[in-house]
Amino acid sequence: MLDHTPVAVMERHALRINPAKTCQPIGALYAASGLHRCLPHSHGSQGCCSYHRSHLTRHFREPVMASSSSFTEGASVFGGASNLVQALGTIFSTYGPDVVAVHTTCLSETIGDDIPSIIARAREEGAIPDGKHVIHASTPSYSGSHVTGFAAMAAGMVNYFAEEPTSSRRRKDGRTRVNIVPGFVEPSDMREVRRIAELMNLTPTVLPDTSGVLDAPATGTYEFYPKGGVTVDELRGLGRAVATVALGPQASRAAAVAVENRCYVPREILDLPIGIAATDRFVGVLRRRAAYEVPGELLDERGQLVDLMADARQHLHGKKVAIFGDPDHVVAMAEFVADLGMRPVHILTGTPGKSFEKRVGTLLAGRSPDANVRSRGDLFLLHQWMKNDPVDLLIGTSYGKHLARAEDVPFVRYGWPILDRFGHSYFPSVGYRGGLRLMEKILDALLDRRDRDAPDEEFELIL
Amino acid sequence: MTLEPVPAPPPDVDGPPGGSTAAGSVAAGLAVERVAEPAAPEGFDLEAALAAAAASDLSAPAEPLPLPASARRDGPALNGLIDRMVEVYPPKVARKRRRQLRVNDPESPPEIAANTRTVPGIITQRGCCYAGCKGVVLGPIPDIVHIVHGPIGCSYYSWMTRRNQVRPGPGVANYLPYCFSTDMTEDEIIFGGEKKLAEAIREAHELLHPRAIAVFSTCPVGLIGDDVHAVARKMRKELGINVFGFSCEGYKGVSQSAGHHIANNGLFQHVVGTEEPDLPAVTTPFRINVLGEYNIGGDAFEIERVLTRCGIEVVATFSGNTNYTEIATSHTANLNVVMCHRSINYLAEMMETSYGIPWIKVNFLGAGSMAKSLRKIARYFGDADLTARVEVVIADELSQISAEKDEIRARCEGKTAMLYVGGSRAHHYQELFRDLGMPTISAGYEFAHRDDYEGREVLGDIRIDADSRNIEEIEVHPDPLNYRRRRSGAELAELAEGGLRTKDYDGMMREMPAESLIVDDISHRELEVLIEELRPDVVCSGIKDRYVIEKMGVPSKQLHNYDYGGPYAGFRGAITFYREIDRLVNAEVWRFVKPPWDGEPLASALDTTA
Repeated sequence: MLDHTPVAVMERHALRINPAKTCQPIGALYAASGLHRCLPHSHGSQGCCSYHRSHLTRHFREPVMASSSSFTEGASVFGGASNLVQALGTIFSTYGPDVVAVHTTCLSETIGDDIPSIIARAREEGAIPDGKHVIHASTPSYSGSHVTGFAAMAAGMVNYFAEEPTSSRRRKDGRTRVNIVPGFVEPSDMREVRRIAELMNLTPTVLPDTSGVLDAPATGTYEFYPKGGVTVDELRGLGRAVATVALGPQASRAAAVAVENRCYVPREILDLPIGIAATDRFVGVLRRRAAYEVPGELLDERGQLVDLMADARQHLHGKKVAIFGDPDHVVAMAEFVADLGMRPVHILTGTPGKSFEKRVGTLLAGRSPDANVRSRGDLFLLHQWMKNDPVDLLIGTSYGKHLARAEDVPFVRYGWPILDRFGHSYFPSVGYRGGLRLMEKILDALLDRRDRDAPDEEFELIL
Repeated sequence: MTLEPVPAPPPDVDGPPGGSTAAGSVAAGLAVERVAEPAAPEGFDLEAALAAAAASDLSAPAEPLPLPASARRDGPALNGLIDRMVEVYPPKVARKRRRQLRVNDPESPPEIAANTRTVPGIITQRGCCYAGCKGVVLGPIPDIVHIVHGPIGCSYYSWMTRRNQVRPGPGVANYLPYCFSTDMTEDEIIFGGEKKLAEAIREAHELLHPRAIAVFSTCPVGLIGDDVHAVARKMRKELGINVFGFSCEGYKGVSQSAGHHIANNGLFQHVVGTEEPDLPAVTTPFRINVLGEYNIGGDAFEIERVLTRCGIEVVATFSGNTNYTEIATSHTANLNVVMCHRSINYLAEMMETSYGIPWIKVNFLGAGSMAKSLRKIARYFGDADLTARVEVVIADELSQISAEKDEIRARCEGKTAMLYVGGSRAHHYQELFRDLGMPTISAGYEFAHRDDYEGREVLGDIRIDADSRNIEEIEVHPDPLNYRRRRSGAELAELAEGGLRTKDYDGMMREMPAESLIVDDISHRELEVLIEELRPDVVCSGIKDRYVIEKMGVPSKQLHNYDYGGPYAGFRGAITFYREIDRLVNAEVWRFVKPPWDGEPLASALDTTA
């Protein structure tokens, strides 16, 4: 497996091998699927849309709907305006969405299509029925990554819909409104941050919200627009919140900044609430914003997580870990494994951005001084790091399975995408309960390995 | 008629292998299962089998299975169904779509619009030119470093997602678990990416020392004007290995189909015929290439197993479980057999013109069609020993699966299937359903052309539109060194007369039931209507449709990735597919979609006195 990867690291300047990221449009498509009755639309060649739908479907095992401008050679030469106008007319007639969320691609960005003016033309030509919306985000595939694509579309939703506040920020029931940008996470995670906010006596608007969309039940009837997703009305009311909490700066900061700019709602930029410390920071912010004491139910969950951390620490202490994936996920996981007494030694994301390395450094605070930390890295490099400094555990997306097999290392699937296992869209990784689940996975991987490798006389019933 | 091993028979070999099996393939790399001498099952009458095989018309279309009463619709009902399928479209779109919806007549296939643009905004299954070129045809070759020139996504999405399995064998590199890209950024979009591409090729060479490097263009490459072919030429000179490029920008053509054509052209121009085989290893004249077989889920392994038992040697497979050397020496085969007509017929045609290798259409899917395909190959070579051996192998293989097949057939017969996929599979897989007595009530291709529906006889009538005209048709002439006519015109005519037409494909429609519905480039909306109205027992499609279909409570079988199962080709593959269909149409889970109290009034639940 991966037999051609040499041990010696050669600096590469042009060749990307085994990427730890993909392109912006897929993130935009995912974000837009968290908007109620929205059809995501890819302004580019058919292949983009096809690849993105396929890949998201493989991860969520749910229908993922999106349409395409189906560029041909002519459109590529003369511009894609007429394709988009025609597409909008066809979409509203055929699929009847409330919103079409257009994201661009490398093709349409290289041509220089100006989406707002094409949308205006479509409206003039009657392709967009009254009361229906078309929003857009600029997501050229040649910058950022799928994570920044998600960020751009989340911000696009805010920019198109958020209004200046006109009514009171406090609801009649005394609950305070809060906006939460959950990050490029699972439907289960979005559901969980909502639950936590509600426990903190807040009324959250989660944007986007793919729960109820990409974890829809089997009922015998296919719903083209499932019941989930943030609504246009909720987005209009973003200005009524006391704060916008952005979970994971790379995926969520842009939307929080957009709400602040449009509605003067202050932003709180936090790490993804993965593990105990990051969840504490999240709950702490909610406590302050809600002016509401953390209820017993949540404290019990926290206490259970601390309890498990204490119970299991002998199996974790000092274990060397390699972590890769999306920057917000990796930053939070690096802190969590350090808090569990493990040593993150290789920490890598494919998404560009220097803040990643800085944030990892701050959170580890000298706890893993020789760690390799890299943004804009790839899995070829990570594999070479693992050959040079072997680890006890690999944590990352399904693309890590080949590395784990090549180096015979226990492997925990975490992040996006997970293409070869089940359950991630149903069981959260965020919050205290998510911490319990992650610990269960980490401990299972390590203890299965211990059992596998133990000689008969050391093969223990009780561990 | 006898054929020589190519280019000349080794002195100690005077004919086909009656005893020992074919020697290892030309390239050392091909892993071939060691095979036992085939033995016929008890009671097998070879003479009768030979007589039956000799009398059969191997080019005649298979008789369509009749539609069951539950699926039969009369003309007005079918027209009503078509109306419903298109009623939500804008009028112009509805008119266009109607031309791609046809009520079938196997006797006289109706003309269908195919290989035309998908209307922007319609939710289609189709992908792009790049996907057809790199993703389908070139991607499976394991020892070429495939560098995708463009932003990261295109390379990422075609990385290990098509399940092209390979057993590379000793000394053959396997780069399939690797993904190579120039990861183009804004700088290259503005200032050009040729320099970065050259550097990426250099880095790949330095790190991996591959035999060959292929470069694939993505959408922005064409727009910014990077000349990948010039870069490839320059690097070929600099590095001394084969480096070649493909202008397969995603926007070309109307689907993956354009990419297949571009890939065929590139393989023909840059790889096929560039090396000569190791002569002492060539021991049999029964040397064929299998074209259009990508070894999804191990299909090619099973095909090779059966062919090897028959004493037929595979020189190269285009392009599953193969390698660079095999493709480079594939011009020495004596026959090309074509599986996926859509993706590879260009190469079959070019190799015939250039090297004199005839081609025949085969289908290795379905036990019945597998047997028929083997007989076609035997008939072509016209060798008595080979023909007998093929009959023995067929009898032996069928005897191993027939009992279980009959048992499964009893549970599946009369159920119905729909297939909307690919450019061949929607036709090929009907044979597996036929084996189980399951008629196909509706089918269509994702990216095929009219000839794949109506048969190659319509080739002359197909209007070449602007989208097709942009795809290069390369001019091919007989190769001055390597052209060797394997069969004369008279011999081919004689074969055709006896029921084996070369260079021919009858298409899907002739083998489908009358009044079944043919849907080209099916849209999401049409799929929903068809499932609601016709309630099939299984729908074969791809990953994007899979969960839509199953949310409607109908089992779905993916025929691009096989739902991570397979192989389904050959005899052992057929039985695996039968089991799969049995699992699908007789699954437990659908009973649970409605809860047990569904429709029960609440009061009765409280009534404990009953």
